Amino acid sequence: MNQPLFSFPGGLHPAEHKAESNAAAIVTVPLSGRYVVPLRQHAGNSAKPVVHVGDRVLRGQTLAIPDGRISAAVHAPTSGRVVAIEPHPVAHPSGLADGCVVIEADGLDEPVAMTPTTWRDLTPEALRERLAGMGLVGLGGAVFPSHVKLQPGQTRIETLILNGAECEPWITCDDRLMRERAAEVLRGAEIMRHLLGARELLVGIEDNKPEAAAAMRAAAGPDIKVVVVPTRYPSGGAKQLIQLLTGLEVPAGKISTDIGIQVFNVATAYALQRAVELGEPLISRIVTITGQVARPGNYEVRLGTPIEEVIQRAGGELPGASGHLVGGPLMGFDLDSPRAPVAKGVNCIIVTSPELFPPHPTAMPCTRCGLCAQACPVRLQPYEMYLYAKAKNLDKAKAYNLTDCIECGCCSYVCPSHIPLVDYYRFAKSELAARDRDQQAAELARERHEFHLLRLEREKQEKAARLGRKASERLESGSVAPDDPEAARKKALLEAAIERARQAKEAAAPANIDNLTPTQQAEVDAIEARRKQAEQKETTP
Amino acid sequence: MIGSPFVLEKNSVRLTMVKVMLALIPGTLAHAWFFGPGIVVSLLVCGAFAIVFEGLALLMRGCCFKNFISDGSVLVTAWLFALSVPPLAPWWIYAVGLLFAVLVAKHLYGGLGQNPFNPAMIGYAVLIISFPNYMTHWPGPIHLVNHVPSLAESFDLVFAGQGSISIDAYTMASPLDTVKTLLRAGVPKADILANPVFGRLSGTGLEWVAGMYLLGGLLLLANRQITWHVPVAFLASVAATAGILQAVDPAYNMGPVFHLFTASVMLGAFFIATDPVSGCSTPRGKLIFAGLAGFISIIIRSYGGYPDGVAFSILIMNVAAPFIDAYTQPRVYGHARGGKVGR
Repeated sequence: MNQPLFSFPGGLHPAEHKAESNAAAIVTVPLSGRYVVPLRQHAGNSAKPVVHVGDRVLRGQTLAIPDGRISAAVHAPTSGRVVAIEPHPVAHPSGLADGCVVIEADGLDEPVAMTPTTWRDLTPEALRERLAGMGLVGLGGAVFPSHVKLQPGQTRIETLILNGAECEPWITCDDRLMRERAAEVLRGAEIMRHLLGARELLVGIEDNKPEAAAAMRAAAGPDIKVVVVPTRYPSGGAKQLIQLLTGLEVPAGKISTDIGIQVFNVATAYALQRAVELGEPLISRIVTITGQVARPGNYEVRLGTPIEEVIQRAGGELPGASGHLVGGPLMGFDLDSPRAPVAKGVNCIIVTSPELFPPHPTAMPCTRCGLCAQACPVRLQPYEMYLYAKAKNLDKAKAYNLTDCIECGCCSYVCPSHIPLVDYYRFAKSELAARDRDQQAAELARERHEFHLLRLEREKQEKAARLGRKASERLESGSVAPDDPEAARKKALLEAAIERARQAKEAAAPANIDNLTPTQQAEVDAIEARRKQAEQKETTP
Repeated sequence: MIGSPFVLEKNSVRLTMVKVMLALIPGTLAHAWFFGPGIVVSLLVCGAFAIVFEGLALLMRGCCFKNFISDGSVLVTAWLFALSVPPLAPWWIYAVGLLFAVLVAKHLYGGLGQNPFNPAMIGYAVLIISFPNYMTHWPGPIHLVNHVPSLAESFDLVFAGQGSISIDAYTMASPLDTVKTLLRAGVPKADILANPVFGRLSGTGLEWVAGMYLLGGLLLLANRQITWHVPVAFLASVAATAGILQAVDPAYNMGPVFHLFTASVMLGAFFIATDPVSGCSTPRGKLIFAGLAGFISIIIRSYGGYPDGVAFSILIMNVAAPFIDAYTQPRVYGHARGGKVGR
């Protein structure tokens, strides 16, 4: 029964600020008059709208379908009329507007037919097919489409981990969810286990949530292990939780399923349970509203409700409020416009004030004190990465494993020089990604150019051969009299010309496609193969 | 715009520097107790020169004078420098030393966080090479000298020169000097140690100063301002090297305890080799850096031309620090092994 507990290096214990919002029960926010449903509430491609302006939609009706493998459907949060499909401010770090379906609610909240499933009767394949259109994504913040994660890969999934760590300060939505709806969460986890064929099911909860842990323990069957982990940020990072519970590390460049482990947030398990047992797609979530508001707490909100409206439900902002953070203070982002709607990834809104979040002091030079390295849960050397990121020496930054950085913010938090280290890493990572894209584009252009040259050369040869063949055919078919001296002279001339052409071809050919090295030949073959594919595609539209 | 995180720990460069200076107080007080108030005067003079040079450099560089003048880093440099050079030397000795420490070793390389060498040790090295005579005139323990200059007399000595007080009245050869010259002259070790300048463990008084540096260092350790790697490796290496040399040639070499409780070894182990800017930053790098520095210190003391080797050993290792760091990278999460950083 006793699950061994491991540890991860570094980490922090900042002021928790959980008590502000975790005392009261979850409050369901009444229906709103207008919903703005973003088409991209998940990692991957925007969903493709399947409704039109003027359509009447019902609660749970599909508004947009997944576009490609890494994408997710979005659904109508209530019944009403589609009044616009247009760009609208969304909760995104960039602050840019994104495509949204705007719905005028009719207040009837009329649902589409939802079919509950007895999941134990279904094969994992059939169940997965049903789930693919439910719009489920990871609700811990990463919003990765869940149906992709529920597809077992090549390695057998041994362990399913349910992430209830909720390590970021201020956020308590998972805490309240586990306290109040532990049974549903665990039923969702059982469905996940069924889908993945996992043997072991572990639930990781930080020890600052004893009520949640107790509720989960009470609801858990004998084959579910609820493990209380020490309160230490970022224990809720998937890689860190895996390390805490199993002692294993996900190898660099791989994902956890490669070592037989899959991790889901508790709220995702809850949403999955509703999708399967009630047939209800993901149209609501629990959001922590806290900070400088009158009634901090947790609110169950239909997706698409404007954030400013949810804040009003929480009693509105108190005097001194200066802004909004989405997510926690360590990994969240500054919200550009409170008109943005609650989306699937919005787990917490913190109304800020200068007292709660004082402005950052002026940055001083790095003194290589090493506190950042001691705080790094990935055991990076952040001061070295900073140095090279600042100098735009991307290769060197990469050599110091910049790409392994999880952007948890521990280094910035402890830095006595107040250097915004994570900002430098984000910058260097995006520069690195841009450079890789450019390199790939250049590589592609080079290949195309080489293929172009190859094709020109081949066409020239084919043409010469064809002409020669035609000429000799004409001669041999007897279209001219064999004893005609004039014809014989012409034939001799023609043959000499063909011979010259052949010699010229031989002289020219080695410069390009003859005497190729094996690697060149392999490249040529690869290009030819792609060309064939392309031709096939063209002929079969 | 600055992104996450939106909360920061209450910490700053200034606070770090203040903590280091607080940790230096016990050793400084012990020095004043055993060797008279001269150290207070040299500390004040060094602090003043350091601030002046720092301000001058910042004004010349024309950047963020306000933030940098008050960061406290130059005061730590001045304090470490003052503890390394003899008190009661003429004022221009301190001025020259700090000129090199602050202007050359620190600001010519880019200021705070950019100096490849420990500035205080550069100041010390310049003085011991340029003015070796002044650097041997250490005040003797107050119960052994004929005259202990008062605070006022100390100011006079620093700013007005000798006056009526003979330099021999208050200075004595330091224990390390005594050991070096007498052992070389062939005096038996037992006779040397009979000299009252030696106490129970090391030099009279100095062993207490060393003990107070140790105390201050442990406070820094407890406060997480430094990690254990550098002091442990430095002290262990000093003890091991001295132990081996003593075992090999007992007549010519002092033992590990004597070396450990010389003030410079404790100051070096906890306050100088731990300088993050000029030292190593990876855990294994710190062990190698400090271990080699301790080794070189004792080799210089035993076989080199100077009585003490702590400053030189740390400066030598400063050169190697970036190289050592590059080869001692810790294993990153998910990677098979750490070690060298690719080019």
